[in-house]
Amino acid sequence: MKAKVIITPKPEVLDPQGKTVQTALEHMGCTGVGEVRVGKYIEIEMDGDADTVKAKLSEYADKFLANPNIEDYRLKLED
Amino acid sequence: MKFAVLQFPGSNCDQDCVHVLQNVLGHPTRLLWHKESVLGDVDAVLVPGGFSYGDYLRTGSIARFSPVMQAVKEFADQGGPVLGICNGFQILCEAGLLPGALIRNRSLQFRCEHVYLKVATQESPFTQAIPEGKLLRIPIAHGEGNYFCDAATLEELEARDQILFQYADRDGDVTDHANPNGSLKNIAGICNTARNVAGMMPHPERAAEEALSEDDGRLIFESLIAALNPASAPA
Repeated sequence: MKAKVIITPKPEVLDPQGKTVQTALEHMGCTGVGEVRVGKYIEIEMDGDADTVKAKLSEYADKFLANPNIEDYRLKLED
Repeated sequence: MKFAVLQFPGSNCDQDCVHVLQNVLGHPTRLLWHKESVLGDVDAVLVPGGFSYGDYLRTGSIARFSPVMQAVKEFADQGGPVLGICNGFQILCEAGLLPGALIRNRSLQFRCEHVYLKVATQESPFTQAIPEGKLLRIPIAHGEGNYFCDAATLEELEARDQILFQYADRDGDVTDHANPNGSLKNIAGICNTARNVAGMMPHPERAAEEALSEDDGRLIFESLIAALNPASAPA
């Protein structure tokens, strides 16, 4: 099973990278751009059923893959 | 006083720390490879700067799982003094020995320059021997030194007098203009509630001897040495 972990900066954390990308998009002429947040995306191949994989990855995302002080994460599973 | 300086793959300020502690200040110091799980006979531990594990995932996030960090945690829990500098500060935050996190500088630039530090409290082993009102001129060199924590943690840091150093201008005023990275409250260094673990982004080991025409950083090491051995404190 392939798991996807999407990590984003918490809303209250300043994201200068997102801001810079936003400005660059506007400079390129892209209209209608709102706030941009830049995060991380991790793909993990893992054995087990969906519930087990989800439980396991939540544990390790809390402990390691994301830093709860500054980041939120979402898990997505794919067969 | 016996010091241990940790060494991770990617550490690059470890030898500078050893040089200052051993050659400049005359205290036996040894390097401790990250795979060691025992600290041995040491009075204080330094977690040096650098780019441990290439800063993969997040700065300090991999180093904190090294065997040596488990030993450092136990040492700190027993009251042993631990000072993290730059990447060392990032590692101590990731390890949960210090609150908060260091994120990307708000300018997105790697900042390598001299800063002035206001000593926000003398109530710590790391600052107690610094003369009152003394402004420290010490270099920084980091891309991710922007100190962040949630509002409740920040309130607690202030209430418990845990902020050790703040970026200031040459007059000692803590201004936004003097903030090189966007840190909350211009925070350059903090300690834990027990006050035996501290982290700072500036590099005191790079400004610790007259030959470099700068030795303000030395005051931080001398504070720690005096705190560990009050009898040796300079009159």
